[in-house]
Amino acid sequence: MYEELADEGFTVITVGIERSPDDARPWIEKARPQHPSLIDIEHLVPDLYGMINVPTVVWIDEEGRIARPNDASFASNRFKLLTGLDSKRHLRRLRAWVRGEAPALTPSEVRKHQDLPTAADQEARAEFTLAWWLSREGHDDDAEPHYVRAGELAPHDITIRRGSMRTRGLNPMGLAFLKLAIKSVLTRNPLYRPLKDSP
Amino acid sequence: MSPTLTLLHDGRSDEIPVADLANPTIPAEALEETLGWDLQPEGLCRGVICVPVDQSALVRGDVLDLRVLAGALQRPLVTDEKHAVASLGASHHDRGDALNSLEAPDFTLPDLDGNPHSLSDQRGKKVLLVAYASW
Repeated sequence: MYEELADEGFTVITVGIERSPDDARPWIEKARPQHPSLIDIEHLVPDLYGMINVPTVVWIDEEGRIARPNDASFASNRFKLLTGLDSKRHLRRLRAWVRGEAPALTPSEVRKHQDLPTAADQEARAEFTLAWWLSREGHDDDAEPHYVRAGELAPHDITIRRGSMRTRGLNPMGLAFLKLAIKSVLTRNPLYRPLKDSP
Repeated sequence: MSPTLTLLHDGRSDEIPVADLANPTIPAEALEETLGWDLQPEGLCRGVICVPVDQSALVRGDVLDLRVLAGALQRPLVTDEKHAVASLGASHHDRGDALNSLEAPDFTLPDLDGNPHSLSDQRGKKVLLVAYASW
């Protein structure tokens, strides 16, 4: 994908939302990307862009403006059965936008599709930042109530809830995630939130 | 020697001296350098923007009450007295206004080798920003 469009004034920037560079190292070293492939151990990008799960993609135009806001899209259809997301549709639209064959969204459409963070979302992020620091300093027991509080404040924020599981001794691919996924269905708080702009 | 508070804010941390960890404060002279705000007669100011603040509650001699400061800036503040650490989050108004402006928030993050890269380095190109994780 990147190789195909790199000559057309396009780049990808990947940001791994991880505990440490080592969490992402195997993926990055295997893919050997030519584009910037960054590590965000402080969850800065989710905070700045109001992202609540991964994968999340954003289109940014030549002037540095958001051309299409947070969308849930995988690079392949490996998880399609589980997530209901079709990556092909997103790639088709992206290709057309990069090549100038189709516009992105209008500014008013971008604003309409943006889910702006609430005070509770930001308080959850502050709780998470504190917990994350305490964990890193070896104070797991004192960190735990702050993870719990963050989850209560923003139950839809999967970057916090699932992203902290390994640090808290929980398996993000196991029972803890299954419980989270079931609850998200019961409370109609979807884990993945694709943009509803597509024909 | 007074204790030190680790203040987590804006993706970084600063060590600031405090007299009482139960009532965290920030030295008045550190306000601008640490958080980018300046205390003026009309309130807390940054550039042309000023927000009102109850100065009698905020100012205690030569230090500022961190909770009053956070409240005036509408930023969440969470503290852990035992480990002398506080987390000052971003205001949802600031985040919302930034996103609403449609200007993509800039950031600088390291790659695997520790080299920093900024979104703004890519100005002039279309960018697909992809946040992902191993979990």
